[in-house]
Amino acid sequence: MFHSPSTVLPTLQVKGLGVNYLTRSRGFWARPRPISALDNISFDVRPGETLGLVGESGSGKTTAGRAILRRIEAASGQIIFKGTDITNLRGEKLRRLRSGMQLVLQDPYASLNPRMRILDAVAEPLIVHGLVKSPEAARDQVVELLDLVGLPADAATRFPHAFSGGQRQRIGIARALALKPDLVVADEPVSALDVSVRAQVVNLMQRLQEQLKLSYVFIAHDLSIVRHISHRVAILYAGRMVEIADRDSIYDRPRHPYTEALLSAVPVANPALQRKRERIACQGEVPDIANPRPGCRFASRCPLVTELCRGESPPLIEVASGHSVACWHRS
Amino acid sequence: MTREILLEVDHLKVDFASRAGLVQAISDVSLTVHKGETLGLVGESGSGKSVSAQAVAGLISSPGTITGGDIRWRGQSLLGRKGERYARSVRGKNIAMIFQDPMTSLNPLMTIGNQLGEGMRYHLGYSHAQARKRAEELLGAVGLSAPARRLDQYPHELSGGMRQRVMIAMAISCEPELLIADEPTTALDVTIQAQILELLASLQQQLGLAIILITHDLGVVAGLCARVAVMYAGRIVETGDVDTIFETPGHPYTQGLLRSTPSLEGTDETLLSIEGMPPSLINPPPGCAFLPRCPIGTDHCRKAPPMQDWNGSVVRCWKAGTNAWLPGVMLEPAAGL
Amino acid sequence: MSAIVSSKPRNPTRLAVLRGLLGELWHDKAGFVGFVVILLIVAMALLAPWIAPHDPAAQNVIARLRPPAWLPNGDWNHIFGTDHLGRDVLSRVIWGARSTLLIGASVVLFSGTIGVIVGLCAGYAGGRVDSVLMRIVDIQVSFPGILMILLIVSVLGPSTLTMIIVLSITNWMIYARQVRSIVMSVRQVPYVEAAEVMGCPPRRIIFRHILPNLITPLLTVGILEFTNIVLAEAAVSFLGLGVQPPATSWGLDVASGRDYIFMAWWLITFPGLGIVLTVLSINLFANWVRVTTDPQEREKRFAYSKTARRMMRAASEKAVTQ
Repeated sequence: MFHSPSTVLPTLQVKGLGVNYLTRSRGFWARPRPISALDNISFDVRPGETLGLVGESGSGKTTAGRAILRRIEAASGQIIFKGTDITNLRGEKLRRLRSGMQLVLQDPYASLNPRMRILDAVAEPLIVHGLVKSPEAARDQVVELLDLVGLPADAATRFPHAFSGGQRQRIGIARALALKPDLVVADEPVSALDVSVRAQVVNLMQRLQEQLKLSYVFIAHDLSIVRHISHRVAILYAGRMVEIADRDSIYDRPRHPYTEALLSAVPVANPALQRKRERIACQGEVPDIANPRPGCRFASRCPLVTELCRGESPPLIEVASGHSVACWHRS
Repeated sequence: MTREILLEVDHLKVDFASRAGLVQAISDVSLTVHKGETLGLVGESGSGKSVSAQAVAGLISSPGTITGGDIRWRGQSLLGRKGERYARSVRGKNIAMIFQDPMTSLNPLMTIGNQLGEGMRYHLGYSHAQARKRAEELLGAVGLSAPARRLDQYPHELSGGMRQRVMIAMAISCEPELLIADEPTTALDVTIQAQILELLASLQQQLGLAIILITHDLGVVAGLCARVAVMYAGRIVETGDVDTIFETPGHPYTQGLLRSTPSLEGTDETLLSIEGMPPSLINPPPGCAFLPRCPIGTDHCRKAPPMQDWNGSVVRCWKAGTNAWLPGVMLEPAAGL
Repeated sequence: MSAIVSSKPRNPTRLAVLRGLLGELWHDKAGFVGFVVILLIVAMALLAPWIAPHDPAAQNVIARLRPPAWLPNGDWNHIFGTDHLGRDVLSRVIWGARSTLLIGASVVLFSGTIGVIVGLCAGYAGGRVDSVLMRIVDIQVSFPGILMILLIVSVLGPSTLTMIIVLSITNWMIYARQVRSIVMSVRQVPYVEAAEVMGCPPRRIIFRHILPNLITPLLTVGILEFTNIVLAEAAVSFLGLGVQPPATSWGLDVASGRDYIFMAWWLITFPGLGIVLTVLSINLFANWVRVTTDPQEREKRFAYSKTARRMMRAASEKAVTQ
């Protein structure tokens, strides 16, 4: 469906993924009601490719990342990892699958156990999957991993509190890479970091991708950093995918009004340009997905909205090679 | 164009006592804010930008103290025994502040209308009905839909962006001359951030408000500010006109910061990364604080550099204006360098 | 490469950490006093056979109801006086500490273990297991404790062991609730999620990642519960359902002394003082432990300490002279 047909087997295929949450029941006798947090999401990630998954709060981007990793149950659709359908794996099989796909988290301060040395933390995946017996036995491998992410060997014996946010994020990446995964889901890995350190981590992730042929699903809340790391970009809004395309197509020829709004909302560090830039009006707030209205979810904020949009939700249609949009007026 | 000077911060120094030792949160900060002007205060976490704002707003409390320098409002000091009474009359009325997280700054048990009205009843002596009417006007002015209905809502019924609008309404309710905004949009989504920044810009034009905008995002500064001060490790390292500094940054740190900020234009694949991290503020070594990370630092930099004029801005660097990151860096040089 | 890392001491030895902690304890005077008193009481209990001047059960009909030594008619042979059977009150207080501390410590240990297991299961498994376990806790909490004690004692017969069993069964719920709520919040912490995604089996997640978070809150609850147990033991022994003569405990002594309260106040005063001192000093020490194990509270305590004030004054003075 996307891009030119290729003979390479995608690392990850997501087909029509949907996730529901249950509401807390309001009354004592009321039944919990399912809320659709993610609705009919499809994309592929090929080896060595990065898919940027962009959306604001409530868009379902984090839910999508967790569903891929099988942390959250999918209500519908399929998740295919290296050709195997993993949507319904359970127990030991699921646990073994874990070594192939790893997670890098947003908060570098909370993602490492403060009571474990770096050696123990990075060696843990190796121990859990039975590759080594003890952290000491994994020392050489851990030192190699630390070197890979640009940390000195003596970091191994220290505790997390001795490290800064950027360094901790490197440790988190080293831990994720210990099992030589094919896919890394990075959930806003640089959002909590300072600007100058952000670049360090993004450059590191790019270098590692080239070295190890990793596939990334890179989750972000705006479009600025995604440009530097992604090959393809998918835009989510209120649980639905509104646009997916190659990076350059998204940035040069955005089709969906929401993508345009997102792009124009990113402040650019160039005063003359920033003053001149025209912001695409996008008034109002993100809709409440607990009480969805029929039609396009962006309708309440869209400058192009018509009756059609309010009545029926637009399908995702391929408008150019590898570029799909869900909008009645732009496809 | 010379305008009336509202606020002067003069070689301010703030220390915090901690178990690990004395933290020199701010070691030298000087700022001037003119009437109706927007000043951007940029820095990374721990650079002292928020502490500077707290000092101006009188929010430094134990274990922190102001150990040097002066803060003046319209030429009169806000510090010391004499300044204290004057400061009380200025703060809250002439100087207002908004914070990053609007939820924690709002009382969850009070309606929006009552919270908004409280300040006006206290500072301006409004009656309950007057305050309510004015609150409704203010909510309309900050762009909230159905302001009359919002008055009786509680903070948890509003979204993050709406809460920040309420905070802004509260801040401008006593018609301050200076608004200190400490990372006002960091917790918000980008499209909401754009709305709030637009609101701040329009309020400034309508009310002739001066704004100190504290942020780590250079893009936010570029859009809203006329002047900018860049902080690093408790000191201002560069200050000047926004266009000049973004066009020709003089300090290696400013240069690095600008080039490690991702842009939507351009085709560069790799971002510049400033290796290393900011120094500890406990017993910092003498000399330039950026030296350990600076590509053009020399032994001479172990002597603390003074603030000196360079190309229209003021820079704290012995080699101001040298293009620090050019050799071996995979980036197109910024325009004008 | 990093100034922050290198400015910190590399790996402080255990001894240095201990010395630092003792220094901090010394600065919190109330906590320090509490700690010293606890040590003294424990030492007294352990060394009872050597330091008690008399056999606590030895009766002496001639020397009945002797007042403490400093009062008229007193006798330096019985410093705290004697009871209605002529037994030495000081020796009874010293020996009484033994059973009181023994019961307190073992009850905290047993009820803590039950509570932690129940809380871990409820918090980690969630769902139906959680609902069922927590309803059991609710039922147990709402069941009158004294009724339960009467029931069990009447079946097993009063003894020190019965006492430990009874108090363990009626006091584990607080641990279960506390542990459950901590487990539920810790499960949301990113490093636990990272461990789960990594493929850690539940056993490892519970023991490596969740359990260490429980140690300090449990320590605090345990210490505070200890004081409750001491009081409960006193109450039950007072009713005659606890420790049985000739063995002794502070509660039992208070109970048997109550008939003589107007003619021989020392019979209930000294064992009563023992209870008060133990409970008070444990509370003072527990407060110190609570603050010290919470980094935020610890920094706050430092901010109000003399050292911090001295530090700030020095900084201001330096600024003036410059």
